Amino acid sequence: MAAKGRTQNAVARLFAHWRGAVAIVAFVLVWQILGTMSSTFGGKIPTPTQVTQTFFASFVDDPRYWRNWAASFERVLWGFGFAQLFGIPLGIALGLSRTTEEIVFPVFEVLRPIPPLAWVPVSILFWPTHEASIIFITFIGAFFVIVINVFDGIRHIPERYFWLATSLGATPWRIFLRIVLPAVIPSVAVGMTLGIAITWDVLVAAEMIAGDLGLGRLTWEGYVSNTPEIVIVGMISIGIAGYLSARIVDYIEARLMPWAQHDPKFRGRR
Amino acid sequence: MSGGELRAENLSKTYRAKGQAPVRVLDNCSLAVAAGRLTVLMGPSGSGKSTLAYILAGYVAPDRGRVLLDGAAVEKPGPNRLMVFQETTLWPWMTVADNVLFGPSVRTAGAKAEARAKARDLLQRFGLLDFQDKFPGQLSGGMKRRAEIAQALINEPRVLIMDEPFRGLDVMTRELMQEYYLKVFEESRPTTLFITSEIEEAIFLADVILFMDPKLGRVGRAIEVDLPRPRTFEIMASARYREIKEQALETLYAHEESEHYSPQQTPMGG
Repeated sequence: MAAKGRTQNAVARLFAHWRGAVAIVAFVLVWQILGTMSSTFGGKIPTPTQVTQTFFASFVDDPRYWRNWAASFERVLWGFGFAQLFGIPLGIALGLSRTTEEIVFPVFEVLRPIPPLAWVPVSILFWPTHEASIIFITFIGAFFVIVINVFDGIRHIPERYFWLATSLGATPWRIFLRIVLPAVIPSVAVGMTLGIAITWDVLVAAEMIAGDLGLGRLTWEGYVSNTPEIVIVGMISIGIAGYLSARIVDYIEARLMPWAQHDPKFRGRR
Repeated sequence: MSGGELRAENLSKTYRAKGQAPVRVLDNCSLAVAAGRLTVLMGPSGSGKSTLAYILAGYVAPDRGRVLLDGAAVEKPGPNRLMVFQETTLWPWMTVADNVLFGPSVRTAGAKAEARAKARDLLQRFGLLDFQDKFPGQLSGGMKRRAEIAQALINEPRVLIMDEPFRGLDVMTRELMQEYYLKVFEESRPTTLFITSEIEEAIFLADVILFMDPKLGRVGRAIEVDLPRPRTFEIMASARYREIKEQALETLYAHEESEHYSPQQTPMGG
C-alpha cells in the first residue's frame, strides 16, 4: 500500500506537469528525426522505434539483462554504503577535533583532487577481484564528498547551540548525541545527494574498464559488438537506475529529518 | 521564582586577532543587576553589549575582573544564569516541548513527570500549548521567541540575560513580545538584564536603564525609570515617559559626542 503510494509519488514527481510529458514526447520525436537523418549519410544512431523493438525482442525477458541491473545496484549499494559508514565518522572527527584535522587533513587534501577513475589501476592491482576493485572505486567517488560535507556541517553548527546546551547543564556526551549528531544530518543529506550521483558516474566508467556484468558493461559491449541499439538500451537503463537511486536517497533523507520538511531553511537545500 | 543579584566587577576584555590591531571592547566595566528588577543595558551596536553578556553568562572569559552571582564568583556557564540570544536557539530537530524540556532532561534522570507538568504549565502561559509537538520551523518569529523564553525559564535561573531578543521581529510582533515579557516579569519578577539598542523598548520595560559608553568601554550613566507597574503602551503618552525619553536621548548623544568630538580627533566639516 505504502510502496504503491511511493511509486505513484515518484512518477508524479517526474511528470509534475503536463509540460513535462510533452517535453519527453518532443525529445523522442527529435531523436527519431535525427536518427533517421543520420542513417541517410551513413551514421549509426538507432531511432527510438528500433531501440524499443530491440528492447522488447531481446532484453525485457532476458535474465542476463536484469542481472546487469542487479550487479550495478549491488555495487552502488556497497560502494555508497561503505562511503557513508567510513565517511560520516571521519567527517565528524575532523570537524570536532583540531588534532584530528591537523593529522588527517594534509593527506586527505592531497588525495581528494585525484579523480576516482585515476584510482582504477591501483585498485585493480591491490584488490583480489575485479568486483572488489569496482566497489572500491565507487566508494572513493562518494567518500570524499561525504567527508567534506559532514566536516563543513560540523564547523557550521552555531556556537550558541553549544553555549546554551552547556548552560543548561548538558555533558559533552549529551551534547554530542542531542546536538552534534542531529545538527549534522542536513549535511549528511547533501553529501548523500551529491554522492549518489558521483557513484553512478564512477560505477559506469569502472564497469566499462573492468567489469564482466553491469549496466556500464552492457553499454560498452553494445559499442564493441557494433550494436548501437544495445548502447542506447544501456544508456537509458543507467538513466533510470540513477533516477531511482536518487529517489531512494531522497526518501532516506526525508526519514532521517522529518523536521526539515517544515523548515524552509532546510527544504531549499534538497 | 526568586531572583538573584548579578554583579560584574572591573571587567576588561580586548580581542586580539592575528595580524590585526587589538580591539578593546570592555575596560574596567562594572555593573549591578539588582534582584527582582528589570535592568536594561542600552548602547549603540558595537559598544560591547554582547561581549559583556557573554562574559556574564560564562561563554567568554574576561582578561580582568570577575562576575558575582549573589556574592559568589561564577566563571563557567550554568543554569543559574541563562541567556536568550539575538538569533534563535531552538534546536530545529526537537519539538517545541522537547526544546523546553532540554534543560531538565539533561540535568535530572528522574522527576520527568514533574518537568513535563512544568513545561505544560509554561507553554500554556506562553500560548504555545497547541504547538508543543510542532518543530521550530513551523512557528512564527514571535512564537519562537516565546518558546525560547520558556526554554530558559523552566530552569528557574536566578538571572535571565536577554541579548536584543526582539531584534529582527516586525514592529507589531515586537510590541506584542514586549507586552508579553512585561506580563511575565510583572507576575513573577525574575531578575532580568535586557539588552537593547531601542530607546522606546528600553523605557517601556525598564526599572533602570544603564548606558554603555562606547568610548570608554564601560557602563556610564544610569537612569531610573519610575513609571508605575503594571504598564501598558498607554504609558508612552504620559509626561513622565517623555521626560525620561529626553533624558535618555541626552545621555545617548552625550556619549556619541564624546566619541566623535574627543580632543584627540579633528572634527571634520561642519
